[in-house]
Amino acid sequence: MELAFLFEKLILVTVLFVLTLSIAAYSTWLERKVAAWLQDRVGPNRAGIFGLLQPLADGGKMFFKEEIIPSGSNKWLFIAGPSLALLVSFLGTAVIPFGQNIELFGKTVPLQVTDINVGILYIFGVVSLGVYGIMIGGWASNNKYSLMGAVRGASQNISYEIAMGLSIIALLLVTNTLSFKEIAEQQHSWHWNVIYQPLGFLIFIICAFAETNRVPFDLPECETELIGGYNTEYSAFKMGAYMFAEYINMFVSSAVMAVLYFGGYNYPGMDAVNSLLGPTWGPVIGVAVMFIKIIAFIFFFMWVRWTIPRFRYDQLMDLGWKILIPLAIANIVITAIVITVVDKL
Amino acid sequence: MRFNQKGNTVAYDMSLFYFVAFLTILFSLLVIFTKNPVYSVLSLIATFFTFTIHYILLNAQFLAVVNFIVYMGAIMVLFLFVLMLMNLNEETEPMKSNLIKIIGVIAGVTLLVTLVGSIHALQTTGVSATPNSEIGLVENLGKVLFSEFLLPFELSSLLLLSAMVGAVLLAKKDKRTNNG
Repeated sequence: MELAFLFEKLILVTVLFVLTLSIAAYSTWLERKVAAWLQDRVGPNRAGIFGLLQPLADGGKMFFKEEIIPSGSNKWLFIAGPSLALLVSFLGTAVIPFGQNIELFGKTVPLQVTDINVGILYIFGVVSLGVYGIMIGGWASNNKYSLMGAVRGASQNISYEIAMGLSIIALLLVTNTLSFKEIAEQQHSWHWNVIYQPLGFLIFIICAFAETNRVPFDLPECETELIGGYNTEYSAFKMGAYMFAEYINMFVSSAVMAVLYFGGYNYPGMDAVNSLLGPTWGPVIGVAVMFIKIIAFIFFFMWVRWTIPRFRYDQLMDLGWKILIPLAIANIVITAIVITVVDKL
Repeated sequence: MRFNQKGNTVAYDMSLFYFVAFLTILFSLLVIFTKNPVYSVLSLIATFFTFTIHYILLNAQFLAVVNFIVYMGAIMVLFLFVLMLMNLNEETEPMKSNLIKIIGVIAGVTLLVTLVGSIHALQTTGVSATPNSEIGLVENLGKVLFSEFLLPFELSSLLLLSAMVGAVLLAKKDKRTNNG
């Protein structure tokens, strides 16, 4: 029993790992295609049909490029920075439920690596660790631009974590649980949390952009001011590791948003579909719906990147501290009052 | 330590505990013995991470994850932030005068004596299986905090709030002189 359990989890983790890597790789392809589409260009179309082999070509290029470690840098921390960024970005996928319990070979298998009862706080902790990769790498480069990027990254992450945490608190008032699985189950059919928490979702998605360092909040690598920010000195695969970490973070935060606010694997009419297809193929449709939602969010990240220009640094801080935090607190108060009134009625 | 029915699980937990405790002591020694302040902070982060594992072993999941978020994710980021800006190096480390060294030794020895004395006086039989080993889970902890310990809980939040207001006041520009 114990061995079968470990084996099951091992397979799940491996599948999830490969899936995350391939989604991150194809996000780079999608990003170029979306950029090209929005700018009325063709985009990558040489490697394979529709340029679909482009990520492989990029990966090969990253491997064979010369690795340069600056002589003035701190060698160990210079290597630790991108490794840490990549490592931490994977951790978040462990608590995300990708589907209902599925029946495989006469066994009920949960499509979630682990359902810890503090799942949301775990994600929050992993997100707050994400900044160490940037900080360590930026400092170890021994370059003023890198240091500036690292410092910006740290202060930006800390500022937006507060608003993000406050928007989650309002969500918790609605759901009454910290477990991802239970939150997903509560949003059965069409009872998605975004209907009850529209403002909370808006704050959360803005903070998600800031936490993943995406445009319009990519101040840590702002190339017009800081050359490349924290990754100025990086080349070859270490540079690739940072880039990959960013795309994995994007995937994880899309998945978190899909589960917390957009019902995860739930969709209207799922009961009818489940009873029609049975306990094996019904949840498969749910998983497909989940991934459609995730990809839609990833597309949204890209759409914003190629539409909105970058913020100035003081505007970023003003938005975080003077607009989002008061809004999030107001959201908590309003949610609490509404819940109390509804309960009393 | 979790109190499991099966003896082998407890033994497994014990060896895990000793391993993690060894790491905790190793990293906390590194904090004070490394010359580079950034290495010190990184070791301190590792120390806090081992604390998180200790909490999980004690079945206090909420405390574990809060320690993870607050100490590793927020406070240590700020530590690292400040250290990186100060640009401290091994070469620029200021030499401390002998007086400070002597004071440090006296303070350290006093602390050691106090700790040894208190451990000596400690009633080791007082530690036993808690009546409710699920107390560390977030649901039970929340119920206890908001009923039995409501007053201390609210008072400590007031304390934090006043500290926050104080920090904002300190950082604020002086309007009269306007040279902040």
